[in-house]
Amino acid sequence: MRSAFLKTIQNIKMSIPIVIAVLMLVNLINPLIQKYYPQIFTGNYFIDPFLGAVAGTVSFGIPIASYITGGELLEEGVSLIAVTAFIISWSTVYFIILPLEISFLGKRFAIWRNALNFVSSIVIAILTIITLKLFV
Amino acid sequence: MIKRLKKLSNSIKFLLVMIVVYLVGGLFNLEYIVSVSVNLWKNVVEIVPILAFVFFMLFIINLVINPEKIKRHLGHDSGFKGWIYASLGSIFISGPPYVLFPILAELKKHGMKDSLIATFMNNRNVQLPYLPVMIFYFGVPFTIIVSAYILIFAVINGMIIGEVMDKSII
Repeated sequence: MRSAFLKTIQNIKMSIPIVIAVLMLVNLINPLIQKYYPQIFTGNYFIDPFLGAVAGTVSFGIPIASYITGGELLEEGVSLIAVTAFIISWSTVYFIILPLEISFLGKRFAIWRNALNFVSSIVIAILTIITLKLFV
Repeated sequence: MIKRLKKLSNSIKFLLVMIVVYLVGGLFNLEYIVSVSVNLWKNVVEIVPILAFVFFMLFIINLVINPEKIKRHLGHDSGFKGWIYASLGSIFISGPPYVLFPILAELKKHGMKDSLIATFMNNRNVQLPYLPVMIFYFGVPFTIIVSAYILIFAVINGMIIGEVMDKSII
């Protein structure tokens, strides 16, 4: 019991400063990036998912925030394929907190995982739109 | 003073750097930094309960779960069952990644496979608390289709990462 408690205290001592610092970084950068979204997405069927994935990669937050932003982008005329790539990469590709992922889970793991998820967000977006068109 | 700074952990150094960035930023654009700080405070308040839960989970993990159990259910001999546990865990355990990293790092130390950690992390969209919001914005058909693909690719990417980590390819 004592050993488990001490281990947890160590975790807390390491995690709290990083969590607050990451939130500070995210809050500082996100408003600067978000205002450019309508200009980034032009409606191109092939480039949009790539740009969507890039925009999601450099953004960061809980998935709900990406759904709200994605919903707003759709209303502004951005294609669903771009928004799909955007919401997936937002939640699975952590460019801003990559150093944090590396510090906890290792460099090779973090780089491979993020790279694969970046590519997957584009592939999933394309497959989702194709499937929607075929069956819905 | 410099010696003291050098002795600090990387996490504290990172936090100090961000505080300095905010202070310097405030000199140039006080209005922006104030607005950002208000949002920051809201975020901190929002994550306090999540962090409390995470630290409670860490305590339980350290208390209850031993390396043998992890090796059996999520370790190298976990087999098909391990993929099911990792996928279900990714659906039911929500929370931002930066608060989940300490838990995953702890589970890794206890023997959890890299492929299963990756599978868990590759799905941060298909989570019970968030699905109603996704349905609200994108509709039921979209949510079902995209969720299925996300879960499938989470496992595929997990398998690839498992291979990469095992063979030390990069």
